[in-house]
Amino acid sequence: MQKKISSIPFNGTAEQEAKLKEIIKKHKDDPGAVMPVLQEAQEVYGYLPIEVQTMIAEGLSVPLEEVYGVSTFYSQFSLTPKGQYNISVCLGTACYVKGAGKIIERISEILGIGAEECTADGRFSLTACRCIGACGLAPVMTVNDDVYGRLEVEDIDGILAKYMA
Amino acid sequence: MYRSNVLVCGGTGCTSSNSELIIQKLKEEIAAKGLEKEVNVIRTGCFGLCALGPIMIVYPEGSFYSMVKVEDIPEIVEEHLLKGRIVTRLLYQETVEQDTIKSLNHTPFYEKQKRVALRNCGVINPEKIDEYIAMDGYAALGKVLTEMTPQQVIDEIKASGLRGRGGGGFPTGLKWSFAAANEADQKYVGCNADEGDPGAFMDRSVLEGDPHCVLEAMAIAGYAIGASKGYIYVRAEYPIAVNRLRIAIDQAHEYGLLGDNIFGTDFSFDIELRLGAGAFVCGEETALLTSIEGKRGEPRPRPPFPAVKGLYGKPTILNNVETYANICQIILNGAQWFKDMGTEKSAGTKVFALGGKIKHTGLVEVEMGTTLREIVEEIGGGVPGGRKFKAAQTGGPSGGCIPASHLDVPIDYDNLIAIGSMMGSGGLIVMDDTTCMVDIAKFFLEFTVDESCGKCTPCRIGTKRLLEMLDKITKGQGTPEMIDEMEKLCYYIKENSLCGLGQTAPNPVLSTLHFFRDEYMAHVVEKKCPAHVCKKLLQYKIVEDKCRGCTACSRVCPVGAIQGSVKQPHVIDPNKCIKCGACMEKCKFNAIIKE
Repeated sequence: MQKKISSIPFNGTAEQEAKLKEIIKKHKDDPGAVMPVLQEAQEVYGYLPIEVQTMIAEGLSVPLEEVYGVSTFYSQFSLTPKGQYNISVCLGTACYVKGAGKIIERISEILGIGAEECTADGRFSLTACRCIGACGLAPVMTVNDDVYGRLEVEDIDGILAKYMA
Repeated sequence: MYRSNVLVCGGTGCTSSNSELIIQKLKEEIAAKGLEKEVNVIRTGCFGLCALGPIMIVYPEGSFYSMVKVEDIPEIVEEHLLKGRIVTRLLYQETVEQDTIKSLNHTPFYEKQKRVALRNCGVINPEKIDEYIAMDGYAALGKVLTEMTPQQVIDEIKASGLRGRGGGGFPTGLKWSFAAANEADQKYVGCNADEGDPGAFMDRSVLEGDPHCVLEAMAIAGYAIGASKGYIYVRAEYPIAVNRLRIAIDQAHEYGLLGDNIFGTDFSFDIELRLGAGAFVCGEETALLTSIEGKRGEPRPRPPFPAVKGLYGKPTILNNVETYANICQIILNGAQWFKDMGTEKSAGTKVFALGGKIKHTGLVEVEMGTTLREIVEEIGGGVPGGRKFKAAQTGGPSGGCIPASHLDVPIDYDNLIAIGSMMGSGGLIVMDDTTCMVDIAKFFLEFTVDESCGKCTPCRIGTKRLLEMLDKITKGQGTPEMIDEMEKLCYYIKENSLCGLGQTAPNPVLSTLHFFRDEYMAHVVEKKCPAHVCKKLLQYKIVEDKCRGCTACSRVCPVGAIQGSVKQPHVIDPNKCIKCGACMEKCKFNAIIKE
């Protein structure tokens, strides 16, 4: 899958950097540490800009290309920042058969952004995700940690309005 | 002792529909009535009937409340838990028969099921090891360590006929014997919980509802092959499962059921969790092992098989979650007990995740050899909305579509392969006549193109070319020759790809071509989509005698494609129409049709 790379300047804080150093220290001697460190680093920064990947490579003493190879391989790692509200629409089979395509189209229309994009004000980002395993409630979408199931296209405006206020 | 036990489903499906709030409210109301010493609230794993979540069962009566709302809780507590009067209005209506209330096990959804792997799901609190132990938990590990040799364990699993539940169907006992036969200073036991097939959630439910049964089985496997270390590779998209596994591992340590000298023997075994990061190919065993090593999850050529050279180059066995969920029961009840279930070549049961256009979406476990018709029509309650069953898709992006003509085939590994699909991990998606089979094939190809790791050319480029052809066909640019070409390419990809992902990626195309070739032909010859799904091949039309000229459609049309004066029939200009369907939704007289 092609990854979008952020053009927004990096502005990590000293506090975040201290946390990252802590994470690197914790995993330094584990075999196969790159993935767990990237996962925890993404929790700290919200995404994985090249600056963070460089710090990880140096900290773990592995080549940057190896870190970059891993971060671009797995879909969970994001090289672009997420919006304040990240909307994730499930496009797994069960949801797709039940019309998830129309749901994502409507959201796209309202927000004016496509999948894997973020609105200019940084408020909303949109992701098309694979099965989240809530197939019994298909079609499903999540806004940060809130889950919305058994969706109809007509529900979308109301749901988004809650977060626009 | 509590006089009543209230079980509330804490699986992902029900949690998504607010079962946490229900538990909280229940506890508040019960405390307000001073019943906290009499009534116990338990958060369990998945009951299976996700379509009706959130689900709540009150024992000893066994009253099954479905689609419970927070507002219903005060009434249930007041009437049922305090006064002992069941709130019939809120019960699952299939359990209510005139004046009597049936047991849940006699409803069509549960009656035909046989729960082995799921036996504890929805029954115990998965966050309490004591409840697992009360259900004979860790008895199998105790028996193995004190009464059996590793060879006896392998022989027992071999004799049971258990085959890998992740999809491939490789005999589990045989796999273990390969790893046992290889001498090494270190061996590993892996659990594949990277459930990547969209529409499949069997493994997640086992991990959420009964995590200890996987830990116990992994320890048994460790004893059998001589490994002291296990890894569970679980999807990060399953936060509830990850959390319960963590709790379970900690509790097992505390009780001395994991760690050094288990049951006072010289056998030591430990388990570590590894989180996946969203790569479908990591469900393939060699890719999964590469990923545990912290690298890009690319598959490796086999041989050498992991049983010879696996994780960090050491002998490794890798089994799926559901396979492990059967192990302890085989040890406790004997190989013959297991072999007596299912068919001759596929023993035991299989869990399916029912989804799509079916009334009872959810999780079911049936004996192998059950027909698709029984699963779809009897257990699943059939296709809703009066629509017609068209096909069932099994095996996810590696499987195929089974048409109505094969509904009576008994489901087992070999029969499904014979009709061009595969068991897969157990996702079963039902499609009705509004589903376009070319569009579905395209949907799966989009998935595989996205998820192909790019290491080998047949898969990386071949699937991309396949998708391009499918895309053309759905846009009306296909030709009959293109279909033949596509078929040829499919076989080429199957024969030449490195790993299971590429070798099975063309299956959705091949099986739909086999069973629904006329639908492909309609796309390329008549340039029509019979299911009215492919937008480019659609035309919206207004039926003249049904149109009242209310102008609702022309007002909603975003591109001004509809013309007509008030109270006169309207017309759609096909050149302007963008096929958004807004007019059709708006029309109150059903005057607008798709062709």
